[in-house]
Amino acid sequence: MDFDAIAFVLASGMRLSVPLLCGCLAGLWSERAGIVDIGLEGKMLGAAFGAAAVAHVTGSAWLGLLAGMFVAVALSLVHGYASIDQRGNQIVSGTAINMVAVGLTALLGNAWFHEGGRTPPLDGAARFTPLVWPGAEALHGVPVLGPIYATLISGHDALTYIAFAAVPLTWWVMYKTRFGLRLRATGENPAAVDTAGISVRRIRYASVIICGVLCGLGGAYLSVAQAAQFLIQMTAGKGFIALAALVFAKWRPLPALATCLLFGFLDAAAIRLQGVSLPGIGQVPVQAIQALPYLLTVILLAGFIGRATPPRASGVPYVKER
Amino acid sequence: MSQAAPLPRWADVALLPLINVVAAFVISGLVVLAIGEDPLAATRLLITGSLGSLYGLGYTLFYTTNFIFTGLAVAVAFQAGLFNIGGEGQAYIAGLGAALVCLHLQFLPGFILMPLGIAAATAFGAAWAVVPGYLQAKRGSHIVITTIMFNWLAATLMSYLLVSVMRLPGQMNTETPEFAAQSNVPQLNALWQALGVKVPDTPLNFSFVFALAAAFFVWRLIWRTRLGYEIRTFGASATAAVYAGISPARITIVAMAISGALAGGLAVNELMGNRHLLALEFTSGYGFVGIAVALMGRGHPFGIVLAALLFGMLYQGGAELAFEKPKISRDMIVVIQGLVVLFAGALEGLFRAPLARLLAPRRAAVAAE
Repeated sequence: MDFDAIAFVLASGMRLSVPLLCGCLAGLWSERAGIVDIGLEGKMLGAAFGAAAVAHVTGSAWLGLLAGMFVAVALSLVHGYASIDQRGNQIVSGTAINMVAVGLTALLGNAWFHEGGRTPPLDGAARFTPLVWPGAEALHGVPVLGPIYATLISGHDALTYIAFAAVPLTWWVMYKTRFGLRLRATGENPAAVDTAGISVRRIRYASVIICGVLCGLGGAYLSVAQAAQFLIQMTAGKGFIALAALVFAKWRPLPALATCLLFGFLDAAAIRLQGVSLPGIGQVPVQAIQALPYLLTVILLAGFIGRATPPRASGVPYVKER
Repeated sequence: MSQAAPLPRWADVALLPLINVVAAFVISGLVVLAIGEDPLAATRLLITGSLGSLYGLGYTLFYTTNFIFTGLAVAVAFQAGLFNIGGEGQAYIAGLGAALVCLHLQFLPGFILMPLGIAAATAFGAAWAVVPGYLQAKRGSHIVITTIMFNWLAATLMSYLLVSVMRLPGQMNTETPEFAAQSNVPQLNALWQALGVKVPDTPLNFSFVFALAAAFFVWRLIWRTRLGYEIRTFGASATAAVYAGISPARITIVAMAISGALAGGLAVNELMGNRHLLALEFTSGYGFVGIAVALMGRGHPFGIVLAALLFGMLYQGGAELAFEKPKISRDMIVVIQGLVVLFAGALEGLFRAPLARLLAPRRAAVAAE
């Protein structure tokens, strides 16, 4: 396999990791503030539908992105209301959001667009297309650096760059700002935050809204950038792989990036290795590679490779007075 | 803020769940309105489609069977304070157990093969649930995350087996050959026909009777045995249970085993009772609906049978409804299920305080005298 082909697989892995990265960072924002979110899948699905539907109607990919974020934030607020104000079970609420999203996107898609739940195909300005950086074509011939610049750095759509930029931004806000400190404290010891005169409720609502915005980004990426329409259940478990990645990254932003890239490359490799016989191993079943993220997460959680400890107060509703 | 008065028992057990479910249906009705259909007409079609004929009723009870099993599975784990979100994967692997027996031991007579198939289904389901239980009990993994991961592991494993191993060579469908005929769980129809009553052909089979028996068994187990007492104690307060000498590890593993075995009932009804082969994605979300059933039935077998019947009606009636009004596709049913989980589960307290206030003056007046 020459370097061009390797760069190609890496670039495809990068693109496959974008929705995982968005979902993973979304979950990170929510869970670091103490709200467990297994509804990432549903929020991204709802966002994918909203984005594709609005992009189709308005012809603008950016309005589609906004609509996707709006849908995901709305679902996030339902989850927030149930978890923060109603002190309901957060796992149950997340499950409900996943179910409602699966049903509602297919139902509304079918009723509005009459294509069996899909949205009409998008083209032109209604889609995010790859941005070619200056000189990418000219430098392609340069060995090693050429393909890296042309296929890995240049040639992605705007949402991919936004998603990757969200990693250092998350890190900076989370660890270098007052808001980030308070948010992390809310996930570890909300009573202390409350004692300091800071509203736990407000911090947690802020965290679920940020979670919704990031889920909206991931969902819009699926339907308006990666594909050119919404398809029924198009998230296909990506929200759960993002959840796995979050556990694997031990709820930290930079390891989250590394994990999502790893899972994305695994996915790209699985596609690439389909039907290919490896020397000494023979044909690797695609499913074996697909199962790796789940398997690795189970092994990690069981403490066989390091320890994954969630934020201490995650999943626990905060009660001000007893 | 003053402490809200506790609800009277009848309101807590019956009225509040009813209000929550009604809220879910009202929102569903608004969704139907939003897509330009008449919710009342839709409800009428739903009820006639599910209960209006013996044919519809047969299908309704067939689906009900699936929901009783998955609902009980969620409820048993819940009694132990465990959220088993992996019923879907456990039922899927249970299907593998049933298929292995029914495909490869065909030389056995039916009266041995069928019980053996059921035993294999429940054992495989239990095994797939015991691993996350063990990991939580002994290694401190969170059971929710592990069972979610096990759902996807089951899906990839079964997809590999059905695509590359168990499928007949040269066949397009991702399914196994037919099970040995003597392993089939007999149709309930056969019973009526023996009595000389003519009933239309539906997939309803004896698994329905097994499901009712399982509900009774779960009730006995949880409320009438020492193990059930330990399970409930552990679920109510893990620290109190430890103080009382109950082993958390044992209860976690045993409760998960029972839960997984019950989820395996889905494979018995769906595969041994109806399809007579193992097919890709045969669980089609029944495992998740079990969460809605268990929440709506408030974790009690009697409530679960009622909730399962309602969901069975929704499934069968929803199919008829989608046929009559293509705009209201079967996805509507998924929306309703999700809303039931939301209102009966996560927002369970939403109407509690207003209801308590509504009922409180009378009680306060009585108390003052």
